Amino acid sequence: MALLTGVHELDVDKDWQLKGGVMAPVIHTHESREVASRSLAHPVIEVSGLRKSYGSTAAVKDVSLEVEDGEIFGILGPNGAGKTTTVECISGLRTPDGGTISVLGLDPQRDRDALRERVGVQLQEGTLRPQLTVAETVNLFASFYPRPADTGELIEMLGLGPKRNAYYRRLSGGQKQRLSIALALVGNPQIAILDELTTGLDPQARRETWRLIEAVRDRGVTILLVTHFMDEAERLCNRVAVIDSGRVVALDTPVGLAEREGGGNHMRFRPSKPFDDRVLAGLAEVDRVEHEGPRVAVSGTGELFNAVIRALNAVGVEALEVQLESATLEDAFLRLVQPSWKGREEVTTS
Amino acid sequence: MSAPAATLSRRPPHRALKKLIVTEAKCAWRAPVGLALGVLVPVIILVILGSADGLRKTIPGSNPPVTYMTTYVPVLIGLVLVMIALVSLPIVLVNQREHAFLRRLSTTPVAPRWLLAAQVVVNFALAVVAMILIIAGATLFYHVSAPAQLGGFVLSALLATAALFAIGLFVAAVAANGVVAAVLGTLFLYPMIFFAGLWVPRQSMSVTMRHISDYTPLGAGVHAMLSSMQGSFPPVQPLLVMAAWAVVFGLAAVKLFRWE
Repeated sequence: MALLTGVHELDVDKDWQLKGGVMAPVIHTHESREVASRSLAHPVIEVSGLRKSYGSTAAVKDVSLEVEDGEIFGILGPNGAGKTTTVECISGLRTPDGGTISVLGLDPQRDRDALRERVGVQLQEGTLRPQLTVAETVNLFASFYPRPADTGELIEMLGLGPKRNAYYRRLSGGQKQRLSIALALVGNPQIAILDELTTGLDPQARRETWRLIEAVRDRGVTILLVTHFMDEAERLCNRVAVIDSGRVVALDTPVGLAEREGGGNHMRFRPSKPFDDRVLAGLAEVDRVEHEGPRVAVSGTGELFNAVIRALNAVGVEALEVQLESATLEDAFLRLVQPSWKGREEVTTS
Repeated sequence: MSAPAATLSRRPPHRALKKLIVTEAKCAWRAPVGLALGVLVPVIILVILGSADGLRKTIPGSNPPVTYMTTYVPVLIGLVLVMIALVSLPIVLVNQREHAFLRRLSTTPVAPRWLLAAQVVVNFALAVVAMILIIAGATLFYHVSAPAQLGGFVLSALLATAALFAIGLFVAAVAANGVVAAVLGTLFLYPMIFFAGLWVPRQSMSVTMRHISDYTPLGAGVHAMLSSMQGSFPPVQPLLVMAAWAVVFGLAAVKLFRWE
């Protein structure tokens, strides 16, 4: 399992604090990320026991999580799970009913103004002024911040250079989305909160957006990403919290979640000659051995494939026509999340 | 992690408000609802009325004597105000709320009320331009004498503007969407402009009608502006009526305004 928590060296950290929260242009390489150990990490967002109701509907019942400096943290969950409400409380747009939130050491309610200078937000819904061009919109938002980014560079970085003088209403969905991301970044934030980043984008635009988000993370911005796309979380997130019915039901790296909650790995093969099931059933990695005609299906966890091949070799059996299936984040998600329309026990995983 | 929060500036830069105003002015120019309804329409009506010979005559028995055209000048100013304050202002604001632009602003250091302020500034500027065009046009081309009591005229026009803008902001505050804003604005618009005397001049209204008119913001406004044009400082009652509308609806708008 990859250790993916983004941590930078302490001297960099000091630099940030001295600069009073201005984003320092620190380049994070993936190497430094892997070398860094978890114990050096410090949280930039701490949420504990968050509760929020709208009237009699409890949107968030109990959410606790910590987002570490420099990581992409995903909040994953079905529609109506409380993802958006959670990030709205974190960004200070809503007042929680209970629990505590600390963002960069600030209270989103008490320190609204200080927080808004240092946290960029991209909202799930909403449009910008149709009568303004890309450059006018970015410049307008830049004027709101004490130390804005260079708007020309930002527009180029987001690939909107050719569209800088195009009116908002003339932009494609992907271009509007990139403009929206630009506005979340124009204040040089330490944290960017992005809600439903790629909903409604075509596959090409989604991949471009993902590359962009990785580039932003590599510039040292911590990213809190709300999504219901498994591939997006798998590709981008260092860690994910799965939220269901207002509670965090799991929190781990995407790989860790898939392994732990995804129902294990599966392999199918045709043995070169019959063998005693106990050869495999006795292995620690194996949970279940089944025969499907001439083929054998084995389910288990960990290094299932290598363990099975070694055990078969030891008794002189070859595995032919091998098919492998690893648990994915999606498997884990489906097992973790209670579908609203039927009981959990009816959920099947591949 | 200890944030050096105390050293950070607390307010968005001063340039933000200036930029918002300039930007809103650009939007008002590119989607010219207020410009068309609040400036163009009243000016066109001025030209049409001014071309009618009958309106150049002095109203019999008027003291001091005024032409029919003179009595239409404050009414046209009333028309400017209803179009800008009750149509242009609320519709743009409600649209911004509907499209979550106000909410988008509230994630930045700029509060959404800054956009409200910028909108009021831009629409106020439009109203001033339109009023100047009406007065200048009427005096230069249609034989209307310039307001003899200029201070009283400006005060009356400003109070009428305040009253109408307060009502417009109230409409923007309570309307759930653009359609409701348009309906509510129109509901206010027709009685207002009727009692101002667009169709039946105040002088020709029955006593009861004129009494009602005296208590509407534009009826009072037309009354006050006309007395200033005739050379006397406006009476206290219409000024108080306009101030009351401004205060009541202004407070209600502040209290009820929904940002999302």
